[in-house]
Amino acid sequence: MDTPDISTPAVISVDGIEIAAAPGQSVLQACDAAGVYIPRLCYHPDLTPSGNCRVCTCTINGRSHAACVTPAMDGMVVENDTPRLTADRRVLIEMLFVEGNHTCAYCVASGDCELQALGYRLGMTAPTQPYLWPRPQIDATHPDIYLDRSRCILCSRCIQASRQEDGKSVFAFEGRGIVMRLDVDARGGLGATDMAAVDKAARVCPVACIVIKRGNYSVPNGRRRFDLAPIGSDIEAKRPTRPL
Amino acid sequence: MDIVLAVQRRFGYVSDQAIDAIATGVGRHPAEIRQMVSFYAFFDREPRGRCQIRLSRTPISLMKGAGAVASAFADALGIAVGEVTSDGAFSLDWTSDLGMADQEPAALIDMRMLTDLTPAAVPSILEALRLQGNLASSTTDADHPRPTLPNESVRSRVVKRGPLLAGPTGGGTAIEAALRRSPDKVIEEITASKLRGRGGAGFPTGMKWRETRKATGTEHYVVCNADEGEPGTFKDRALLTDFADLVFDGMTIAGYAIGARQGLLYLRGEYTHLWRALETRLAARRSAGLLGDAIDGRAGFDFDIRIQLGAGAYVCGEESALLESLEGRRGTPRERPPFPTEHGYLGRPTAIDNVETFACATRIIERGASWFGGFGTPQSTGTKLMSVSGDCTVPGVYEVPFGTTLNALLDLVGATDVGYVQMSGPSGEAVAPKDFGRTLAYEDLSTGGSTMIFGEHRDVLDVALQFTRFFVDESCGWCTPCRVGTTLLAREMEKIVAGRATQSDVEAIDSLASTVARMSRCGLGQTAPNPILTTMRNFPALYEARLQPGVFMPAVELRDALRDAIDVQGREPVSPAN
Repeated sequence: MDTPDISTPAVISVDGIEIAAAPGQSVLQACDAAGVYIPRLCYHPDLTPSGNCRVCTCTINGRSHAACVTPAMDGMVVENDTPRLTADRRVLIEMLFVEGNHTCAYCVASGDCELQALGYRLGMTAPTQPYLWPRPQIDATHPDIYLDRSRCILCSRCIQASRQEDGKSVFAFEGRGIVMRLDVDARGGLGATDMAAVDKAARVCPVACIVIKRGNYSVPNGRRRFDLAPIGSDIEAKRPTRPL
Repeated sequence: MDIVLAVQRRFGYVSDQAIDAIATGVGRHPAEIRQMVSFYAFFDREPRGRCQIRLSRTPISLMKGAGAVASAFADALGIAVGEVTSDGAFSLDWTSDLGMADQEPAALIDMRMLTDLTPAAVPSILEALRLQGNLASSTTDADHPRPTLPNESVRSRVVKRGPLLAGPTGGGTAIEAALRRSPDKVIEEITASKLRGRGGAGFPTGMKWRETRKATGTEHYVVCNADEGEPGTFKDRALLTDFADLVFDGMTIAGYAIGARQGLLYLRGEYTHLWRALETRLAARRSAGLLGDAIDGRAGFDFDIRIQLGAGAYVCGEESALLESLEGRRGTPRERPPFPTEHGYLGRPTAIDNVETFACATRIIERGASWFGGFGTPQSTGTKLMSVSGDCTVPGVYEVPFGTTLNALLDLVGATDVGYVQMSGPSGEAVAPKDFGRTLAYEDLSTGGSTMIFGEHRDVLDVALQFTRFFVDESCGWCTPCRVGTTLLAREMEKIVAGRATQSDVEAIDSLASTVARMSRCGLGQTAPNPILTTMRNFPALYEARLQPGVFMPAVELRDALRDAIDVQGREPVSPAN
């Protein structure tokens, strides 16, 4: 029951690499700054971490902790890139694939989708778990935005963005457990809320649950973010090249 | 929480209009209210029956005949479980464990607890309900409780008392003893007694109180976790029925020790029947000067206790989820650290302990740490209240010293031909007869007290499946591994129980279960795979017996999957569809 001391700089060891952490940084933020990539999905740098997806779970001082919500403390020993963690993370990605309708071949987000990109990065070829086949739940009531809840991975980014960045409260969760779903703050659907296409909440979805209508193919498939470079390579590019 | 509870009680459900009104009233968005309301099992978003019948469905209730009771209700009402009668008078549903494993089958009817149900009792219960339903609008309100229903009684069933329960039942002497010392000395005494949390986790209570006391912040809080939700446990129900003052004394002593002015008791919604009596006890304590300002005449020691009712969510037994619920939100566990000792209720330092832990603290201050250490083992001092149910002669609460073997406990309760014991509930472990020599202690068989006994003739795998489904129902949904993983585990287990699995399925479920345990955010997800993992480890032969030879079998027969199409077409497929 140690109180995390987040007021002083800390040095943590991640897979044997020593990383300096600034006061208040999480393990994930410290690693990002140092160019060490920890796979993650629900985390967004502009939002308060929520710890929904658990993909960034690392073994920290011998125990499992999500790196996005764990403050970096001096002397921490972090295991990140291990075969078992990669396998566990791959299973989490598989779970999200079978929970929703994620048909990359004809999905508008293909190539820009963080779920798809993580599937590639973590070596998922096809899910080994049985599909749960949710019914498509499309909300097209908004003139500029459509919502396909069967693609929602319940990352809570849009909920946070709406509250923290937009000063609104368009989104919330409803229900619990496997039937938990994304709810909007109006009985008449998204079109009846004060959501606008310029809202931050419309632009943080890691998959194709919240899609801004029109113009989605201005960058064709094959030339999108993750078609060009694997997810995480932008972070790894920050890693200083070290002499052998 | 209390507003929504009142709406649910008054109207039988929480309508969109009610949500809008609450949102306006408390200055929040309707979606934020809906998010909270939709989390709890006892809040309905659609109108149900004017009278809501919820039957407990657990392996224990089913072994005691809950299936026949459900059929009797269904037949008498002319509906299936899950439906509402056409006149809207009754709804009939299954619900999770009600904390009545010693007197199943049990039912919660409009939050009134009925126990020891039989099919024969059903007609008279329904008749009484119809009669009261007709009277309800004119003569009944909250201050005039309705006449008791048949079977509406809960026995506390303390079978064996030890040093904790045999003494005086509280009421102030321990508080006097505490006030003779400084708060630090009280904490020292608790620390010296080596008292550890009785909910199951076993954190040293003295250390927790000290951490809370020294945490900075103006207000400190004491919270009593009476969300006794682990299936098979009911000892807190017995404590709050017969020994409530021991618990309130303990909370007050904790308040003195950590410097709190406010205590909160979070009572699970299933125990609504205890609420009135507990409020009466609190009122009596206020009149006796044991709560309120200047307790026991000590100027500056002000402390009071508020009871918060829950609304049906197992996960709220997890302490940080309980705090969220206390603050009127969804019972989603928090990330830790920070721990409640520094960032608890309303973000303030909070000592949150189990009901039994507070009762123990009272005895320790009354009789001394060394007296307490005279029971149990060096690492697990004192006694433990065990909630025993299932295949035994005398189910109930047994107080036994730590260090007692499981064998000795089984002898005590009159259990013979035991197939296995589910210790500490579904989140605990299935203990096989070869391990009955193990001792109840934090260092061996650590337990919150739930002891479900299954005879040799019971179906181990079917029980494991039922427990796995329990976690599907109770997962909060926040994190991926628990939300999706529990459902996938249940599917895979269904395949094994149905005899459609091969060795590869067993390997797959083992691997999946381990991932869920490693990656989940809180204790619920981390222990949800235990029914499967511990039965696989202890009863591998039972799994092997269900397996088919070969490498792979599909989860469904193709012919079954195509049944609808075949029926529409009106002819069977030409080639064997397999």
